[in-house]
Amino acid sequence: MQDLTIHPEKKQLIIIGNGMVGHHCVEQLIERGATQDYQIHVFGDERHRAYDRVHLSEYFSGKDADALALGEANLHATHGVLLHLGVRISSIDRDRREILTPEGRLPYDSLIIATGSWPFVPPIPGPEVSEHPQARLVYRTLEDLDAIRHHAIHARRGVVIGGGLLGLEAANALKSLGLEAHVVEFASRLMPVQLDDQGGTALRERIEALGVGVHTGCATEEIVATPGHDYAYRMNFRGGEHLDTDLVLFSAGIRPQDQLARDAGLEIGERGGIVIDETCRTSDPEIFAIGECALWNGKTFGLVAPGYTMARTVAGCLTDVCEPFSGADMSTKLKLLGVDVGSIGDAFGTTEGAKSYRWIDEAGSGYRRLVVSSDGKKALGAILVGDNSYYDTLLQYVQNGIDLPKDPAALILPQSEGGAPTLGADALPDTAMVCSCHNVTKGAICKAVDDGCADIAALKIETKASTGCGGCAALLKQVFEHELESRGMDVDKSLCEHFHYTRQELYAMVRVEGITSFDELLEKHGHGLGCDICKPTIGSILATCWNQPIMDPQNVALQDTNDTFMANMQKNGTYSVMPRIAGGEITPDKLVALGQVAQKYDLYTKITGGQRIDLFGAELHELPDIWEELINAGFETGHAYGKSLRTVKSCVGNTWCRYGVQDSVAMALELEHRYKGLRTPHKVKMGVSGCTRECAEAQGKDIGVIATEAGWNLYVCGNGGMRPRHAELFATDIDSATLIRYVDRFLMFYVRTADKLQRTSVWRESLEGGLDFLKEVIIDDSLGLGDELERQMHHVVDTYECEWANALKDPEKLKRFRTFVNEHGGDPDIVNITERDQPRPARTNELQSLAVEIR
Amino acid sequence: MSTATAAKNTAQVLCGVHDLVDYSGVVALHDGRQIALFYLPHGRDRHSAPEVFGIDNHDPFSNANVIGRGIIGDKAGELVVASPIYKQHFRLTDGVCLEDSDVRLATFDVRLEGECVVIV
Repeated sequence: MQDLTIHPEKKQLIIIGNGMVGHHCVEQLIERGATQDYQIHVFGDERHRAYDRVHLSEYFSGKDADALALGEANLHATHGVLLHLGVRISSIDRDRREILTPEGRLPYDSLIIATGSWPFVPPIPGPEVSEHPQARLVYRTLEDLDAIRHHAIHARRGVVIGGGLLGLEAANALKSLGLEAHVVEFASRLMPVQLDDQGGTALRERIEALGVGVHTGCATEEIVATPGHDYAYRMNFRGGEHLDTDLVLFSAGIRPQDQLARDAGLEIGERGGIVIDETCRTSDPEIFAIGECALWNGKTFGLVAPGYTMARTVAGCLTDVCEPFSGADMSTKLKLLGVDVGSIGDAFGTTEGAKSYRWIDEAGSGYRRLVVSSDGKKALGAILVGDNSYYDTLLQYVQNGIDLPKDPAALILPQSEGGAPTLGADALPDTAMVCSCHNVTKGAICKAVDDGCADIAALKIETKASTGCGGCAALLKQVFEHELESRGMDVDKSLCEHFHYTRQELYAMVRVEGITSFDELLEKHGHGLGCDICKPTIGSILATCWNQPIMDPQNVALQDTNDTFMANMQKNGTYSVMPRIAGGEITPDKLVALGQVAQKYDLYTKITGGQRIDLFGAELHELPDIWEELINAGFETGHAYGKSLRTVKSCVGNTWCRYGVQDSVAMALELEHRYKGLRTPHKVKMGVSGCTRECAEAQGKDIGVIATEAGWNLYVCGNGGMRPRHAELFATDIDSATLIRYVDRFLMFYVRTADKLQRTSVWRESLEGGLDFLKEVIIDDSLGLGDELERQMHHVVDTYECEWANALKDPEKLKRFRTFVNEHGGDPDIVNITERDQPRPARTNELQSLAVEIR
Repeated sequence: MSTATAAKNTAQVLCGVHDLVDYSGVVALHDGRQIALFYLPHGRDRHSAPEVFGIDNHDPFSNANVIGRGIIGDKAGELVVASPIYKQHFRLTDGVCLEDSDVRLATFDVRLEGECVVIV
C-alpha cells in the first residue's frame, strides 16, 4: 500500500464511506483544524468522488457526474487528506485496531463508519438476475443510473416498485429517459410515510396527469420473462391483475449498510443499524457511526440533514466541543416529477388532542393540512401537495413554537383570497433554523451580514446556507434582504448615480420607447452627465438593440477606450490588434499577410487561447493603416475589444479526424459568423467539438456544442478563467436548425435579463428556477418570447457590418486615431526592448538605465 | 506645430475646435507636455456655453500617457475623467484623484477662442 503513508507523529483517523455524510464529515474536520492532529484517510467503494445523491435524477436531465460532485475537487489533496476511491474495506479488526483492505492493513486510533444504506429488493420470484439484470434494477448510485440508462435504450416502458420518495424520483428518471413510467406501491397510497390518504390522492392525480401510471395497493407476486411478446416481462399481482414492462426498478426502501460493523461485533439494532449514543459512538468508543447506517434511539434517518448533524457531532468530538446529537426534524420539502410535496413535523396529528385544518381542491388536485395543538395555539405539523410556497412559513411556526394567528386556517388558504398572513423574516427568532442541512440559524445570517456580507453569493460562501439541498433558498433571500434593510444598508440596485434603474430596466426602456441615443435616455430617465459605469453599459444596450456602428458620433463618447479605438489597450498605452480568425481556420495566404503586417509595424505576435493571433504594440495613429492592410488581405474585425462574441473554438472535426462524427469546423464558422458583433452584457465565448473527446473544450464555454451520432448536444453557461464552471447539458441530439434557434433565443434572453458585466455562468446562478427555468423559456417557450427573441437576433445578424471597414470609409471617424491633434507621429515615451526576437515594452528600471545611457 | 499667436498676448493656439470630440478627449502636444483636452459642447449642465478642460495626459498609476482616452462624466456633481487603465477618477477642474487625494494631475488653462483652442 504505497500511498498509505503514515505520519507516525499524528493520530490515524479513518472514515469508511465517501457519500454525502462522509464527505460532510471530512469538510467539518478540516474546518475545525483536525488535520493538525490527525492523518485522515477516507475510503469510498464507488469510483466517483462524493456526489449529491439527493439530486440524482438530474443525472438524466442535464447534469453529469462532475456537476453533481460535492465541494472542491482538490479539497483532500489541499489539506493532506488521503482519499482512496474504489476501495472496499474487507473488515475491521477491533483487537488490533486495524482495518483490512484488499491492499493491506491500516491502523486507526479513531474510526468513523459512514457507509450509508443499501436498496432493499424484496424477495419476489423472477428470472435469473445474471441473465435479466433489467428485471431487477436499483436506484442509488451513479453506476445504478448508468445501468438504467443502458437498459432503457431499447425499452418503451419501465416500472418502479415502491411509491415512496425515492420511487417517485426513480419514476422521474425513467420519464426523463423517454420511457412510459409506472409506479407500483404496496400501500394504499403514494408516499405513505409523509402523506395521509387525501394527500396521497391529490399527489396521485397530479402524477397521473403527467402520464405516469400509478398502481397502489398492489403486491407483486412474481416477475416472468415473456420473450416474443410486446414487452419483455410480465409482473403478476396478488388478486390476478398484471402489468407488462421492459424493465423493473426496485425502490422499496433502504436498509442500513451495517455489515462491517456486524462482522466486527458492534451492537446492531434488531432491524439493522449500528447502535450509537448521543456522541455518535458505537458500542466501541473508538468507533463512530454516522448517517443512514446509524441507529439512534431506535431510529434510523433516511434524510441528509440528520446525517450532516451527526457528522458535525463527530467532528466536534474529535476536535473541540462535542455537541450531542439529539434527533432530527424529519420535515421534507420536495419536488417530485415537478409536483410540490411537503411534510412537516407531526403531519398525521398523532399528538394527543391534536386537531387539523384541511384545504382540499378536488378540481386542481391540491391539498393542504395544518395540524395544531389541542388548545389551538401552536402548529404541530403540516402536509402540502401541489404548492410548497406555504412550506417555509409553516415550518417556522412548527420548529420555533411561534404562536399561531387568530385564524390558523388562513395559513393554508389560497393566497389570492386577500393574502395569507405569511410570517415575515422579522418575526423569526434568532434561533430559527433557516438551513437545516448546514445548521445555519437566522442569528448566524445576521452575524454574517454584520461582518460585511453584502450579497447572497458571499453569504452562501460565508455561512454555507442553502448549499445543501437548496430548499431554503427563498427563505434565505427573504431573511437576508430584511436584515440589510433593517440595518439601513443600501439594497439599491441602481446602475449608478445617473440612472436609478437596473441594467435590465434600462434595456426594456430602450427597447420599448425606441430610444436610440444616450442623450435621449439621459434626458428622459437620468441625471447629470453620466460616467464610466453607465456610458459603456448603455452604449452596449444601444448597440444590441439598434446595431448602430459604435464609432458613430452619438455613440463614440460612450465607449471604453478599447471600443473607441477598436483595439485592446495594453499597460503602456499601446494597443493589440486581433482580426477574426473564425473557428481558428486560416488560409496560408492570410497567415502570411498577418505576418507581413506584424513585420512591417514591428508588432509582438502571440497565439491566443481562442485560436487567434494577437499583434501587440500598435500605437493609436498606426491602427487605421494596419487595418487597411488587414482588410485588403481579407480580414475583418475580431471584436476582441468588445463585450461581445469573441471566438468559437473548434476541433478539426470529421473532415480530417478519424474519431469525428460531425463537421465541427463548419458549425463553428456558422456560429461565429452569425453572432459576431452582437453586443452582450459581458464577453461570450463558444466552442464546438466534433465528438465526445471534446478537444475544443466546449464545456468550458458560455455556449458549448458537442457532436453526437444523431446531431449536436448543446451545453450552456460554462466558464473558464478565474472561476471555472462546467457548462450544463441543455439539449441533446438536436439538428443544426434547432441548435441555432436555441442559441438565438438563449443569447437574446441573456442580453435582456443579465446584469452589467455578468457572464452567463453568474447569470445562470442568479436565475431563480435555474436550468429548468431556462429550458422552459428557451425550449418550451413558456414566456411566449421565442419569436420576439429570434426576431431581435435576426435584426442584429442582418445588419452586421465590420466596424473597422465602416470607420476606414469615414475621414471624420479616422480623425480620432491621432496620438496628438497638433503633431504627427507617436508618443515619445513609448520605448520597446527586444526579447526572444520580438519587441516588448521596456520596464521602469530599464527605462531608467536607458535614460542614463542617452545622457 | 502651429505657434501663431492668438488675439490675447500670451495665449497660444493648441488646435481647432473641430479637432475636439464632443463629451470626450483628444491630446495636444505643447512644449513637450502632453495635454488631454476634454470638450463639453453644451457645458457641464448640458444646456449652457461650451467648455474645454486641459489636464495632464500622463497617468501616474500606470505610468502611461492615456488620460485623454478616458471616459468623462460626473461623480457627486464633480466633473471627472476615469483612467482607461486602472479606472481611477481625476477631477477635470483641479486634477485631484478621487480615490487618492495625494495624487494630483497638472491642469492647464485652456480656453475656446472662436474656432481655436488656446492655452494661456
